[in-house]
Formats: sequence, C-alpha cells, structure tokens
Amino acid sequence: MSREFSDLEINPNELLVSSYVQGEVVVIGGGPAGLSAALSAAREGANVYLLERDDFLGGQLVKQTHMFFGSEKQYASERGVDIKEILEKKVREHDRIKVLTGAAVLGYYENNTLLAEHQDKVIKFKPQRVIVATGAMEKVLNIPNWDLPGVYGAGAVQTLMNVDGIKPGNKVAMVGAGNIGVIVSYQLLQAGVEVVAILEGAKEIGAYLVHASKVRRLGVPIYTSTTVKEAHGKECLEGITTVELDENWNQLEGTEKDYHVDVLCLSVGLSPLTEFLNQAGCAMEYVPELGGFTPARNDRFETSVPGIYVAGDVSGIEEACSAMMEGELTGMYAAQSLGYEDENFWKRANDARAELTALRKGPVGKVIREGQQKLFQKAKCKGVV
Amino acid sequence: MTANPKDEEMVDAKLKSTGVPSEELLEKFKPPKENREQGPVVMIECFEKIPCDPCNKACKFGAVKPFDDINDLPQVDYDKCTGCGICIGHCPGLAIFVIDENYTEDSSLVMLPYEFLPLPKEGDIVKGLDREGNYVTDATVIKAKESNRKNSNYVVSLEVPKGDAFVVRNFETK
Repeated sequence: MSREFSDLEINPNELLVSSYVQGEVVVIGGGPAGLSAALSAAREGANVYLLERDDFLGGQLVKQTHMFFGSEKQYASERGVDIKEILEKKVREHDRIKVLTGAAVLGYYENNTLLAEHQDKVIKFKPQRVIVATGAMEKVLNIPNWDLPGVYGAGAVQTLMNVDGIKPGNKVAMVGAGNIGVIVSYQLLQAGVEVVAILEGAKEIGAYLVHASKVRRLGVPIYTSTTVKEAHGKECLEGITTVELDENWNQLEGTEKDYHVDVLCLSVGLSPLTEFLNQAGCAMEYVPELGGFTPARNDRFETSVPGIYVAGDVSGIEEACSAMMEGELTGMYAAQSLGYEDENFWKRANDARAELTALRKGPVGKVIREGQQKLFQKAKCKGVV
Repeated sequence: MTANPKDEEMVDAKLKSTGVPSEELLEKFKPPKENREQGPVVMIECFEKIPCDPCNKACKFGAVKPFDDINDLPQVDYDKCTGCGICIGHCPGLAIFVIDENYTEDSSLVMLPYEFLPLPKEGDIVKGLDREGNYVTDATVIKAKESNRKNSNYVVSLEVPKGDAFVVRNFETK
C-alpha cells in the first residue's frame, strides 16, 4: 500500500510507518547542493522529497556570514546565510517539492527502499531516484591532548557562534589557512574574540588570498610552514606549543613557541560524508585531491548503483558555488532519466555545465580538475560506471 | 587609461605566504597618476585569479570591463571611473578601495569596506591601520554608511595624511 506524503499522519503508537511513501526523487541533505538539486529536479517536472537531518534547511550556508564569490547564477556578493533564505523560499513554495526536516536517513535497502527517522518514527521511502547531497565532515589533527575541552573543529566553532550565538572562548589559535580557517578567524574577530595566530603547515596559504588579506589587515599573523605540536591544560585547554616544519613536513627542533589560548580551532580539511553511499554499495575511489574516498560516478552524476546520484561535497570537496551548480545539474539529470525532457532540456543542461566548467577553469580549480580526472580514470578502468 | 595585467597571474611569493602583497605587486595595481590627479579613483587589490565577477556588474559606468573568463582579474578603464565607490559594496573579497589623493592640500581620502560594529560616526578620530594591521596614523571619519546594496558591507571614508592613501587599508575605533 502506498500513500501520499501529505497524508502521512504519524500515530504515536506506531513504531514504524509500515506503508511506503512513493516518490520520484528523494534528495538527502538540504545544503546548497541538495536545495539546488531539489529545485532543478522539480522544475523539470519530477516530484521531490527533500530530507534534512537538521531541524532547518541550508546546511553549511546557515553559518556563512561572508559574501560569496562566483557569478550572478550562484548569487555572487550575497552572504551564504542570505542565499539559504533565497533557496529555501523557492523550495518551500514549489508545488512539487515536499520538505521533511529533522529527518535522518538511516540506510538504503533492497528494492530502492530508504528508511528515514523522523520524530522517533521510521518512514519508508521507495523513490525511483536518490540524490545524495550529504556534504562533508571535518578532518582532525592527532596531537597530544587533542581531546581537551577547548579543542574544536572550525565547523563547530562556526556553529557555536553563528547558529547558537555562543562565544566559543576568548583567545583562539587557528590551525589551517585554507578558506575555512581564514573565514572562521575573520568571523571570530567580528564576534569580538582574539585570534592570536593562524598556523599553516604548508609553505603557502591555501585560502583565496583576498580572504587572507582581510584577516592580515586586522592584525592577525599567518605563519606558514608551521603547525601545532601539542595542546596543554589540566581540565581544559590552557595553551599550545607550535613548531616549524621543513619542506617534508618534519618538525624542526628548537623552533617551538608557546601560546596561551583557551580555544584551538582545527581547520585541516574535509572528507566526503559517504556513509550512505558505502552502505548502498556504491563503488568508491580514493582521490586525495577530492578529500579522500569519493564515489565513482559518470558525467551525469550517477554512481555505480543505478538510480543513486551525488552532488556537492559528498562527490568531492570543493565549495558552495560549485556545489549549487552540481546540484542544479544532478537534479536535471535525475529528472531527465525519469522522462522529464522538454525541447529545451539539453540547452539548459549544457548552459549549467558550461557555468560549472567556467568556475573551475582557473588556477584555483586545478586541484578539482585533476582530482576529477583521476576519479573518472579509476572508475573507467574498473568499469564501475 | 587601463592597467592591471590580465594574462599572467599576479600572485607573488610574499602574498602567497603572508597574505600581504609586496610593494612591487601593489605598484602594478595603482591607478595611473593622471587619473589620480583628477579626483577619486578605484584601486582594486585583487591579485589572484578566482572565479568571481560582481565588480563588473556593479559598475554603472563600464569602468570594470566585462570578463572573458570569470577567473580573470578585473580590468579597469580608469578614464571611466568616477570614484563613486558603488563597487566597494559588491566585492565579496573586500578588495576594492577608492582613493582621492588630493582630498585637501595636505590630505587624502580612502574609502574602504568595513564589516565590524560599532560603526564609527562622522568626525570620529580612528586609528588607521596598514595591510598588516599595524598602526600608521590617526584618521578622521568623513563618512560611514551602509553600502547601496542590502546586507552588504559598510563603506567608510577616512581622511589621512597625504602620503598614507596607499598604506591605510583598515582602521580601529579608539
């Protein structure tokens, strides 16, 4: 028996909603990629369920108080948090999109069955296509005493500040001068928190240099070829020792420096959040340029499991503008595979693809281009897609 | 008069390892002298090719030329720049400044983007900071206002001693 999503009444005595929710497309994850995928799939004609684990839509956009790069198509010059409002409004107003927040997807089972937990109940979905837009998770740095309270991932600090309105501490050392490390440092300064230094193990700053220049003119030093050696403290973090690195990332004895800080913020990279894909049996490839294990996929974003698509950071770590463009394309291809293909479909698809290609065309897109080439080669060799 | 080399990436080792451009790099991005002498003019401190083009769309006078490739560096036609500063509120990198070198006989005006609170008031004396956040000079706030674009940054105009127009890029309220 199947019933419409809108008719779904959850009986408190019912442990499991035993009927299937039939749907054409289920999108997992309501961040920039998932929101864009839901919108484009629905625009092409498909009925979409958008499932978001958090109680609100937007993913990382809700924490992004800085203005975005890109072009008009990716809402350039708007702040991430405002882009979230724009996309959410479009999604909520769309007749063919049904949104379920507070819905954690549990797994993927036989016969295209997908289970989601919502308000202590389990709902069974049976979609024809699944778009996985689960994003990424932060990497950590294993240093002595890294488990002391006060040692955070940069994402956690951003959540405390920008979602919960809680000041994470008074004096911060940041590890990692990539975009996230530098942006979170800037936001800490905006929140009135002192940032004593940004440490970067590599020889060069990884962030867009305009972001780096912003924190430099606020008086925050960036030390390249330098990392954190250990954290100190009894009950919680009281300080850190830093150390310089040689070209092979070996610690240089005698270059240690101590800092008194109550927050150590780690911003040392992201990995695709692929648990769902692993469990569904999607072929994965190890591509360091894309953040680690990344799903093999064809050029229409479909994984080795027919009907399962990927978009955004889960398909390779990048940034929000390209995540939105990937979502746009993935939603279109998923809809097209269901037969939604009007006379202008391929023009729209090609335009979107050209836009995505243009974003990645410059020097800062080199890592992504190389990573994707590796991914496609590996996947092709094994014949997985 | 056009400046800003386009085809080669302008990032140098100092910028890449410190986040602060070298003097030689900055020199290439200064508006031409004849334009500076005629009044306020833009200085776009965007040295790295990243996928971003709102400055072109922001300029109503066509002074920021259309991008062939979204990763290009902005190309400025300084003859068309009126120094209005509209673009300051559109640059996501907060990399655009407007300089009026001859604001008075012995002072210059620097218009810069600002995203901190409290916003200073007109007439306030603030600490002018350089690209490394070091104190350079006291500066007078001539204007401090929201940009013309919703949810954008503030734009603050500082009067600084004449020699400091290309040095002061931030400030701290006293």
